[in-house]
Amino acid sequence: MTTESGAGLHTVGRSVERYDGVGFVTGRTQYAADLTFPRMLHLKVVRSPSHHARIRGVDLSEAQEVPGFVRALTHADVPHNVYTILGLIGVEPEEEFVLPVDRVRYKGEPIVAILAETEAAAYEAVAKVRLDLEELPAVFDMDEALAPGAPVVTHWGNNTFMYEGHECRRVRYGDVEAGFAAADAIVEGEYRTSPIEHAPLETTGCIAVPEANGRFTVHTNSQAIYFSLDNTSIILQLAANRLRFIGGTVGGGFGGKVDVIVEPLATLGAMLTGRPVRYVYSRSEEMQVSSTRSAEIIRIKDGVMADGTIVARKVTGMADCGAYSRQTPYAITKFAANATGPYRIPNAWVDAYCVYTNRTPTSAMRGFGVTMGHFAVEVQMDKIARLCGLDPWTVRFRNAHRNGDIKPHRKATADATLIETMQAAAELVGVELAPELRAMTSAPRDAVASAPRDAVAPAPRDAQEGDR
Amino acid sequence: MATLRGTGMAAVNYPTGMNLGGDPSQALIHATTSGSFNVVLAAADLGQGLRTVMAQIAAETLGVPYDQIVIDTADTDTGPHDMGTFASRATHRVGNAVKLAAIEARDAVLQLASEELEVSVEDLVLDGEGGVFVAGSPTKRLGIADLASRAQFQYGRTIAGRGAWMKPKSAVDPETGAMDPDSTQAYACTVAEVEVDTETGIVTVLSIRSAYEVGRMINPALVGGQITGGAWMGMSHALYETTEPYYPARDHSPKDFAEYLMPGPHESPVIESVVLEVPSANGPYGVKGVGEMTANSPIPAIVNAIFDATGVRVDHLPVRPEDILRGLDDLAAARAAEGAA
Repeated sequence: MTTESGAGLHTVGRSVERYDGVGFVTGRTQYAADLTFPRMLHLKVVRSPSHHARIRGVDLSEAQEVPGFVRALTHADVPHNVYTILGLIGVEPEEEFVLPVDRVRYKGEPIVAILAETEAAAYEAVAKVRLDLEELPAVFDMDEALAPGAPVVTHWGNNTFMYEGHECRRVRYGDVEAGFAAADAIVEGEYRTSPIEHAPLETTGCIAVPEANGRFTVHTNSQAIYFSLDNTSIILQLAANRLRFIGGTVGGGFGGKVDVIVEPLATLGAMLTGRPVRYVYSRSEEMQVSSTRSAEIIRIKDGVMADGTIVARKVTGMADCGAYSRQTPYAITKFAANATGPYRIPNAWVDAYCVYTNRTPTSAMRGFGVTMGHFAVEVQMDKIARLCGLDPWTVRFRNAHRNGDIKPHRKATADATLIETMQAAAELVGVELAPELRAMTSAPRDAVASAPRDAVAPAPRDAQEGDR
Repeated sequence: MATLRGTGMAAVNYPTGMNLGGDPSQALIHATTSGSFNVVLAAADLGQGLRTVMAQIAAETLGVPYDQIVIDTADTDTGPHDMGTFASRATHRVGNAVKLAAIEARDAVLQLASEELEVSVEDLVLDGEGGVFVAGSPTKRLGIADLASRAQFQYGRTIAGRGAWMKPKSAVDPETGAMDPDSTQAYACTVAEVEVDTETGIVTVLSIRSAYEVGRMINPALVGGQITGGAWMGMSHALYETTEPYYPARDHSPKDFAEYLMPGPHESPVIESVVLEVPSANGPYGVKGVGEMTANSPIPAIVNAIFDATGVRVDHLPVRPEDILRGLDDLAAARAAEGAA
């Protein structure tokens, strides 16, 4: 396989000067929160101090006396108060409360929003809201959340997202138990990861501005402005054409700005006051209550032959989505598709769970559903290599998938270059590969020798192959 | 006390885009009075360089210089639908939409050129620098900017294009998991070298060296930026970052960058890479994408290098100095027990 030269191209393939580079290096790039508008109000929220509690009462009387207090927003002000971000693409059920009615499910959950003339007044009023909460048992551990009798986080009675009637996303390919029985050795591992913050320089935020014609312009740092607009339209029961979202310049995303948290409340505030409303997270809000990467537990059982060939791989994965699932149900599906790694696995089994706990909701982050699976699989590969007395390169070359190999999720491998990429890495670091590894390519195997026992027709490729 | 060195490797694939519910992006292009082109989108640039690569794809397809392109993004009153910037999808999806829009606009330019030069469209060639000429007769040449400008003032025509690209929804079979979850796959292989201080348990990453295969690179400098940033993020995930240091307990959550651990510039290792380009079947100019994947392979490569250096196997993230020290204690205890027996 050769690297294409790109001959005949004029602009593609060249390191042209960044379109927006001068603005960044001179500090002149304008971000959403840099804007200011006459009569702009500031929105801050009262957050739950409890991990799980019944809301018995909210007393605003002292907060209302703070100079600069304008008004509060409660669940009663939100036209469509329970939503699911992925509802736009058919994911059910609706589950997250914009402002909860009678129960908070995580520490930091917003209960009431305060609109004030200044940010300082908003903070002062927030501090003077009196909450009457009745503590409820909370669950933080995924295995505990799945055990019988665990505190129930969701409103439907168990602590897993349901995939078409199953408690987990499943992949079933070949006969994994037969693979284990035929294997020379079994290698098992359990891998655990922690929640991780996106840590953008620019915190999540927006400014909603009422226009003279009855529309609302929302300046936002969303990574997906139509997704944010459409969800805001649903939550506020406001025709989408009365909303205009302007963005496109984001000071660090990493997946942290695909939830739709600030725009609905800010726009609601603008609707109810007729004034521009600014809702921008503080650094501590970004760290403490914005979504993080999910903590994961990944358990792998491999059946391995003496030469390092993997004949069966069983993966049980769990992602801790916290109190509301946000984008995690989709991360789980992506995990399931990629959990066996870039290897040819003739017998595979994946169970992947989206588990609810009383913790800050987790959501999308760079490598969504895949990064931590890679960690687990690649440490597992190192263990297999050492068990079989192989170097770490050989075990990966022997198992590398090639074009035409059917993956456990039954799509034929295409555009594969794992072998060539490893050959290039070995050259870069000065590792001398054995001749048979140097000679390998990602070209399809002999068709007869490689057909899995129960191979089905490859999944269809993209509808729009190639270009005009 | 000793410092121990070790090397670890990891290899990964990474999917481009997603399948859930369909995955569309659209683009509109129109020529201005001066004959430059505006590309109108609703895609967010996260700092990775989306505006730059979209301008490059538009310029390449239209056959005009890069500086003749204006990128207008993102305003929902003017920009056509875009799913969002995530899932390593933007260069592939938005890039395909921009390319298709540019082809339609280019076809309008070529139609006008064919009328003025009195040749068929098939006989016209773009020089890639803003000109169109008759094949075999380079002197019979017209400037695209002039044509686009005359289209407005002389002919009363639009020089414009629409582009839409969508990965159709692929429902997942709930029993078998059969699905078509992505459009193409990029690859990476990383070798990490670490030094471990056995007294403090502190891991110093000395180098992260990687090979990548990401399809066509639209802008090699921006690809390099992703690789460097991703190597740093992977190292940070492997050794430093967590919002809940005693997960699943919720204590000691950080509130700012002083409390949230990440490596600083002085802890950044040597980062080197080579990039192979094997064009994908369905990306614009063969793009696969390099967005998210660059943080992935450094993590297990570093964890495997720690084992290579110390014999301590840590199966959780982040790997903290105390994990190393406890692991070394366990190894010493096991050796002592072996010696006694």
